[in-house]
Amino acid sequence: MPGTAEAVRGALGLIGAGDPVLAGIVALSLAVSLSAVALAALIGLPLGAAIAVGRFPGRRALIVLLNALMGLPPVVVGLLIYLLLSRAGPLGEMGLLFTPSAMVIAQTVLVLPIIAALCRQAVEDAWVEYEEQLRSLGAEGLRAALTLVWDIRFSLVTAVLAGLGRALAEVGAVMIVGGNIDGVTRVMTTTIALETSKGDLPLALSLGFILIALVVLLNAAAHLIKEAAQRRYG
Amino acid sequence: MAGFASILPLCLRELTFAAGGRAIIRGVSARFDAGPATIILGANGAGKSVLMRLMHGLLAPSSGEVSWNGQGPARARRGQAMVFQRPVMLRRSALANVLYALELAGIHAPQRERQAMDALEEVGLAAVAQRPARVLSGGEQQRLALARAWALHPEVLFLDEPTANLDPGATREIEAVIRAFDASGTKIIMSTHNLGQARRLGDEVLCIHQGRLVERAPVEAFFAKPASAEAAAFIKGESPWA
Ligand SMILES: Nc1ncnc2c1ncn2[C@@H]1O[C@H](COP(=O)(O)OP(=O)(O)O)[C@@H](O)[C@H]1O
Ligand SMILES: [Mg+2]
Repeated sequence: MPGTAEAVRGALGLIGAGDPVLAGIVALSLAVSLSAVALAALIGLPLGAAIAVGRFPGRRALIVLLNALMGLPPVVVGLLIYLLLSRAGPLGEMGLLFTPSAMVIAQTVLVLPIIAALCRQAVEDAWVEYEEQLRSLGAEGLRAALTLVWDIRFSLVTAVLAGLGRALAEVGAVMIVGGNIDGVTRVMTTTIALETSKGDLPLALSLGFILIALVVLLNAAAHLIKEAAQRRYG
Repeated sequence: MAGFASILPLCLRELTFAAGGRAIIRGVSARFDAGPATIILGANGAGKSVLMRLMHGLLAPSSGEVSWNGQGPARARRGQAMVFQRPVMLRRSALANVLYALELAGIHAPQRERQAMDALEEVGLAAVAQRPARVLSGGEQQRLALARAWALHPEVLFLDEPTANLDPGATREIEAVIRAFDASGTKIIMSTHNLGQARRLGDEVLCIHQGRLVERAPVEAFFAKPASAEAAAFIKGESPWA
């Protein structure tokens, strides 16, 4: 087992040199997670807003379900998408298993409940504050929902960034549906898992540093955006 | 409002509202015609806000009915506006908040800007038209709420304790705007628990006590010699010199 100091030095060396393998892995990670979050936001934001302002049977149950799905274990999502995409599965003919597309699908499913649930909560809180005023002005239904969503847009950015953090950090789902194939479906988290077990600590550690930096950056961005918006718009 | 059939008179018939197994408004009947500024007077918790929400159509009565010139509430929406105790502004400029209301009211786009700026001018906020509405002071936000209502040229304006959260200076400014509204021919229906404000702005008083209408009288008569024991007790309790 190589020394920790040596591993850290190796890791920093890889980052400093802009190692192409390292760069490729980081790029794929970002491409997969950003695509997944974009898709999840496209579906999750309207869905969350609709649940927040809509009144329909089963609404309460849906909210409970959505909140529960926020804690969905990534390996279970991976397993479900694997079953869907595997050769014998209902979508097997598309041949997506072990491709980045499969990883995007799995992470979309993982992140969608998070974005939808956070959006639902934020819109509902705003609705409590705005409802009477908007109804007095004659805004109801879809019109009112759109006004609310636009008005709390900065809170929604936070919800989306929370989803991105979750997508970048998960291992289980991408591992199962991507297969962790060298140069094809290897992302930061799956590479860390594999290289650590193989004993290549410098590569694992360099990815760990980058991952931590990204997560810290995302949280800082979320915080700053919210603060700036608060100062600017109240 | 010009050119269209009036939405007034507003008639309440045996209006009742219950929530949580408790009657909050109990059998209120009244008729409101164009002209006098009406003050809904009553202690905290008397039911003023609930009554105004019933009249404005934000709450549905448990029994009884609200009618506008013989029609149901839906037909009269456009002719009314309401200013709440705490103004709710969107996260956009003061001007954009007024424009938003005009857009919802179906005013043609080319006309909106002019109408909105006139309204801001009217309440003395033209200089801060481009400022984000939510960073304005409490008094400015309430004046903006009045501008938003003014821009709609409502026939009837409901005001629910519009100065309850404001300091004396801001209160004076708001009262001046309400007086201008009144002078322009808008029917004012305002709730307050402040006797001085009722005298300054009102022509007639409806006194509400525990959800019931206990007295209705012209403002001088009401303060000179209240006819009901409840109104007399309320005036006595609210007067600092009593
Ligand atoms: N939606 C509601 N559900 C249940 N109780 C309510 C509701 N709105 C108001 N109340 C109660 O009705 C009473 C009258 O309230 P309100 O009309 O706000 O009084 P006021 O405006 O005269 O101070 C209060 O006791 C209040 O707690
Ligand atoms: Mg009240």
